[in-house]
Amino acid sequence: MLKRARALFLSLLSLVVLLPLAGSALAESSASQLNMPQGVTEVSQAAYDIHMIMIWVCTVIGVGVFGFMFYVMYAHRKSRGAVAENFHEHLGVELLWTIVPTIILIVMAFPATTALLKVYDTDNPDIEIKITGYQWKWQYEYLGEGVKFMSELRTSDDEVYGREPKGEHYLREVTEPLVLPVGKKIRFLVTGNDVIHSWWVPDFGVKRDAVPGLFTAGWAKTDQPGTYVGECTELCGQGHAFMPVVVEVKEEAEYNAWLANKKAEAVEYASTIGKEWTAEELMAKGEGVYLQSCAGCHQADGGGIPGVFPAIKGSPIALGPQIGHIAVLIDGVPGSAMQSFADQLSEVNIAAVIHYQRNAWGNNVGDVTQPIDVLNYKQSK
Amino acid sequence: MAHGPATLADGWRAYISRWVFTTNHKDIGTLYLWFSFAMFLMGGAFAMIIRAELFQPGMQLIRPEFFNQMTTMHGLVMVFGAIMPAFVGLANWMIPLMIGAPDMALPRMNNLSFWILPFAFAILTSTLFMEGGGPNFGWTFYAPLSTTYAPESVNFFIFAIHIMGASSIMGSINIIATVMNMRAPGMTYMKMPLFVWTWVITAFLLVAVMPVLAGAVTMMLMDINFGTSFFDAAGGGDPVLFQHVFWFFGHPEVYIIILPAFGVVSQIIPTFSRKPLFGYSSMVYATAAIAFLSFVVWAHHMFTVGMPIAGELYFMYATMLIAVPTGVKVFNWITTMYKGSLTFETPMLFSIAFVILFTFGGFTGLMLSIAAADMQYHDTYFVVAHFHYVMVAGAVFSGTAAIYYWLPKWCGKMYNETMGQVQFWVAFIGFNIAFMPQHFLGLAGMPRRYADYGLQFADWNMVSSIGAFIYGGAQIMLLYNVIATIRNGKPTTEEKTWEGAEGLEWTVPSPAPYHTFAKPPEFK
Repeated sequence: MLKRARALFLSLLSLVVLLPLAGSALAESSASQLNMPQGVTEVSQAAYDIHMIMIWVCTVIGVGVFGFMFYVMYAHRKSRGAVAENFHEHLGVELLWTIVPTIILIVMAFPATTALLKVYDTDNPDIEIKITGYQWKWQYEYLGEGVKFMSELRTSDDEVYGREPKGEHYLREVTEPLVLPVGKKIRFLVTGNDVIHSWWVPDFGVKRDAVPGLFTAGWAKTDQPGTYVGECTELCGQGHAFMPVVVEVKEEAEYNAWLANKKAEAVEYASTIGKEWTAEELMAKGEGVYLQSCAGCHQADGGGIPGVFPAIKGSPIALGPQIGHIAVLIDGVPGSAMQSFADQLSEVNIAAVIHYQRNAWGNNVGDVTQPIDVLNYKQSK
Repeated sequence: MAHGPATLADGWRAYISRWVFTTNHKDIGTLYLWFSFAMFLMGGAFAMIIRAELFQPGMQLIRPEFFNQMTTMHGLVMVFGAIMPAFVGLANWMIPLMIGAPDMALPRMNNLSFWILPFAFAILTSTLFMEGGGPNFGWTFYAPLSTTYAPESVNFFIFAIHIMGASSIMGSINIIATVMNMRAPGMTYMKMPLFVWTWVITAFLLVAVMPVLAGAVTMMLMDINFGTSFFDAAGGGDPVLFQHVFWFFGHPEVYIIILPAFGVVSQIIPTFSRKPLFGYSSMVYATAAIAFLSFVVWAHHMFTVGMPIAGELYFMYATMLIAVPTGVKVFNWITTMYKGSLTFETPMLFSIAFVILFTFGGFTGLMLSIAAADMQYHDTYFVVAHFHYVMVAGAVFSGTAAIYYWLPKWCGKMYNETMGQVQFWVAFIGFNIAFMPQHFLGLAGMPRRYADYGLQFADWNMVSSIGAFIYGGAQIMLLYNVIATIRNGKPTTEEKTWEGAEGLEWTVPSPAPYHTFAKPPEFK
């Protein structure tokens, strides 16, 4: 039995050694992803190249070292009559296996340095985009263009909790993707609003932490239009797995049309701030905003989570003066998880959601909060 | 010897008092080992919950909040509750026996350093039942998720960490004092068994970095309760400062975990090769070199945080250097086996698997050191796979090897070799099925600490979960083997359990008497 076990042991160990090899071979032959993507930018290609160099260096060393080890385990077994020798040092080989790895590392340091310089080459961009991580969504701002929007997961809770079949793009779909043109150098300035997030698009080779109070820069330039999906890669709370990144790279003309359209939307929106909204309009809009932006913490029924997130149903803020309620949304509550929504939500949405909170679940305050009230509060500061 | 230890025959009160008030290094070693095994099973149970939830895409069993508590508690319990106390237990049992000392230098402090641990973990696990739940910010507890945005139970977490740190520091001081003062005549530093050497170096690491961890959690405490802004950007602080402080503790911490494991393997491989350890002095120097390097590479955990390029380059080069002393160790182990007379009892199987799988984890570690590639690996399952290869196949495999290796000395009974080998194979196969696919998941783009994932990751997650369940089962087998050995194992009285074993611990009878080396042995 032991003999069989030993044979099994050997074959398994060789499997361990050969798996990286098998991995790289498979990655090239099929769509099933086992290896790092080559991606569509210089940076992702550089990361892939240095990754493959390292895999091969490690594989060659591994085959040599483990090969020798298996030979020893086979040849110098007591059961084959091996008698132990007594040597226990040899300055020559000990120096050799210190110096040779050092040389290998020095040689590898050159491509590693070149690749890193490429990652840091963020100068002279054509387009700059500010990316802000929120719990649990991304905000994209096209600097100098006046275009700014939120990008949130579109997959429904019903799919997540198995009440509906999962769609093809499960957890890989957002309300509004980041749109970029081909052939332009784009600099991403990444920051965080609440906790640390990390913005990652594997096909761009860009992974930058979104740290509150700090900007980190990354860049991308690609000639290949398409949709690229990424993830948040820094633990940021309960919605960490539910804030994907989706980027659409379009031909330049398409991109320009899209951008012009976004700008026109912004202008049109500005005109709605001054408009008098009815209670019904605000209530309908507010419910959608609440479920999108508030229910994650305060729950869909306004009950909150005791000990973590306070309830809005029956809360003194929701039942108190309107101005105090607006202040909480605009300023946040320092020292708590309640952040400022001043930059996240438009004045219309803030007004609608405040109206909703003050008049839903039995909070029958009965007043109406207009976008202009929110704007006035903002400007009074 | 005035009297032996109280047994159950002397009544429950005497028996419990023996364990609570004991100052005997063997008793305290036993307490540490059983405690760490209990924590190992608890941390393992958390891991089973994680893998069960990740068996399929979608949330089936638990909510994401609870998932985050599970990943956090799994990491904390395994690092601070299972692996570290297990090696302190081995140190307590074996260091006095190996250096010919009658006990540890500071026996009462030894008792204290153990007995505060159960309280620390009682406090830590009780947070799971508190309003708002337990720690949910990962075992690295990055601010501000662990400060401004933490559940209220975070204060209990901080207190528990303080107690664990105090325990570790006391244990380390004890080991350093014992080794410096209580070696048998003739046992010079460069004649100490390698397990003792690795532990002395580990103890110095612990004394150096546990206060840094205490500082980090104290700053958190101030930020949360007393209005300071160490880590709050809005108040002029810096969240990145937390990461620097944490990893200045955290990187030496991983060597604290692995160095004693190196020591264990360096005892076992020569025994079953029937040949002295190759390159003893270079092993000592390599251990010291790894310990030194551990202090100057911490920011390689932070390559994506936006450091200036000069910082990135420095931390990349320094990290790559670690491969050199680690390589020396691996080559020494293999050359120890070369032209030996090898047999493959269970401790040897675990040690060989350690060398192979740890080296594999070392390769992925080298890949992770390359900053440009790390931009893709960072915080993905590739990292999870990497550190489980070095922590589980490294520390846990070597701890298991140590149990099989010294169990006959501890309890005077021999384990069942067939059962031991079966357990090894189940653990080895389960481990690789669980963690090898995680490399693929990470490279394909699955981030770590994800409660749910896209459909493209479904296949390998299922494979990984199946492997994890097999590996979990292997630990139940280990528990069975140990209990079966203690109760019904074949009695063995020979001093030298293993034909090729060398060292003072093999000159005392089996089971080791309650008091040993009352008179210092002669060591040549």
